[in-house]
Amino acid sequence: MAHHAFTMPVSEALVRALRVNDTVTLEGTLFGIRDANQIALYDQGRTTRFDLRGHAAMHTAPNVRRVPPSKQHPVGYAPLCVGTTTSARMERFTRPLMEQHGVRLVVGKGGLGAASLEAFRDLGGAYLAVIGGTAALETTWVEAIEDVDLDDLNPESLWKFRVRGFGPLLVAMDSHGGSLYAEVDHLARGRREGVLRNLGVK
Amino acid sequence: MKVDLAHVEDAARELYIRALKMLPPDIKAGFERITAAETNPTAQRVLATMVTNIRVAEDTDNLLCQDTGIPIYNVTIGRGVEVDGVGLKEAIRRGCERATREHPLRSSVVHPITRLNEQTSCGPGVPPIHIDFDEQADRLLLEMVPKGSGSENNSWLRMAIPAEGIGAIKAFVVDCVLDAGGKTCPPTIVGVGVGGTSDLCMALAKRAATRPLGSRSPDPEGAALEGELSAAVNALGVGPQGLGGDATAFAVHVEIAATHITMNPVAVNMQCHSARRASATFTPDGVRYGF
Repeated sequence: MAHHAFTMPVSEALVRALRVNDTVTLEGTLFGIRDANQIALYDQGRTTRFDLRGHAAMHTAPNVRRVPPSKQHPVGYAPLCVGTTTSARMERFTRPLMEQHGVRLVVGKGGLGAASLEAFRDLGGAYLAVIGGTAALETTWVEAIEDVDLDDLNPESLWKFRVRGFGPLLVAMDSHGGSLYAEVDHLARGRREGVLRNLGVK
Repeated sequence: MKVDLAHVEDAARELYIRALKMLPPDIKAGFERITAAETNPTAQRVLATMVTNIRVAEDTDNLLCQDTGIPIYNVTIGRGVEVDGVGLKEAIRRGCERATREHPLRSSVVHPITRLNEQTSCGPGVPPIHIDFDEQADRLLLEMVPKGSGSENNSWLRMAIPAEGIGAIKAFVVDCVLDAGGKTCPPTIVGVGVGGTSDLCMALAKRAATRPLGSRSPDPEGAALEGELSAAVNALGVGPQGLGGDATAFAVHVEIAATHITMNPVAVNMQCHSARRASATFTPDGVRYGF
């Protein structure tokens, strides 16, 4: 259960060294991805000018305030509340996100499924769990919105955040086939029969 | 008592923002209870982060969760209250739009086919405004629930039949909690509707999921089921965020309605750990805010 401080972007070797139950803190750049922008990229043929290679992408659509562009807010957005959303909806985008755009780390909540776990194994990736519903805290780790693309999809734009001490995040899925979600699901389903028996269900 | 619609509009605005920033005391007490009982170290850390977040949101005057949800308004009109019903619904909608623009809040509401976001948290049929009446003289109650999508996306209805008995209802609730896993942001309040028509059954589940912790089903059979099912789902080990642990649900709440002789419907709707709600009470003395 090691802790890793990653200054983004990172190499495949660093990500492959991660094991389930390790923790990670991100420094520098974090991208924000979401249903609409991944549908745009992978189903509708749109492109982004962002270079995501070696980066972490969080499932998010933040609350932002429009402000006059400045050094602090280069694209005229101030972050108000940045948190995460349920990752499972975006399961089928993990592989293209890694294959086509070179993303190494997916940050989200609730976990991803078997196809993502395979992609992490094949391509060298990991899933970092941030605690869902704790956006006020996570926002204190976000310094600025550095850039935005596909902004016609706002709030589901492609966001580029500058973060400091973003974490600790729990490595919940790794490149070695480890998944805390699969473990817990297996354990919980194994208890189903006994639980139903105690409820008098035949 | 006559209700001034300008005050309703202001309250509808205020309640949306207030609900997003401050958790009700019953939910905070619920966190204390489940944190004290949790035995899994990962789950203890997850719960501690959630509790820290509640404090940070209050200290920084920020939203608890980025998901501003689908805004829902419940209105209860007491006896002797005079109010223009059409105007009331318009005022609530205006207040909801103003909260979104003026705070500003992320508008999480889109047209289901075009996916167009009006950036107002409103759209066709949204916000849902439910109107009911009660015996309370000279009182209008306006309740606001921002319903997050993580929990709402995991909603189920099963039109079971009488031959399947109560066992079908119990097994269905357990299976919904298993299927939800971490997606609903556990620990949740599991809302269960039993009986009614299909739409009433789902509405009962939503009412159950958004009821204060500590409240019990007024129906003795419903209350008994709450106790049994709360223990059952918390024996599964899903835990906070689906990462394992004891605290899968703060509670299972059950709401009951009569049903048809041929029917045995059950619905499940969940509320995430950020179980947000706020209320405003209008009386002849003015407006009082609460949860």
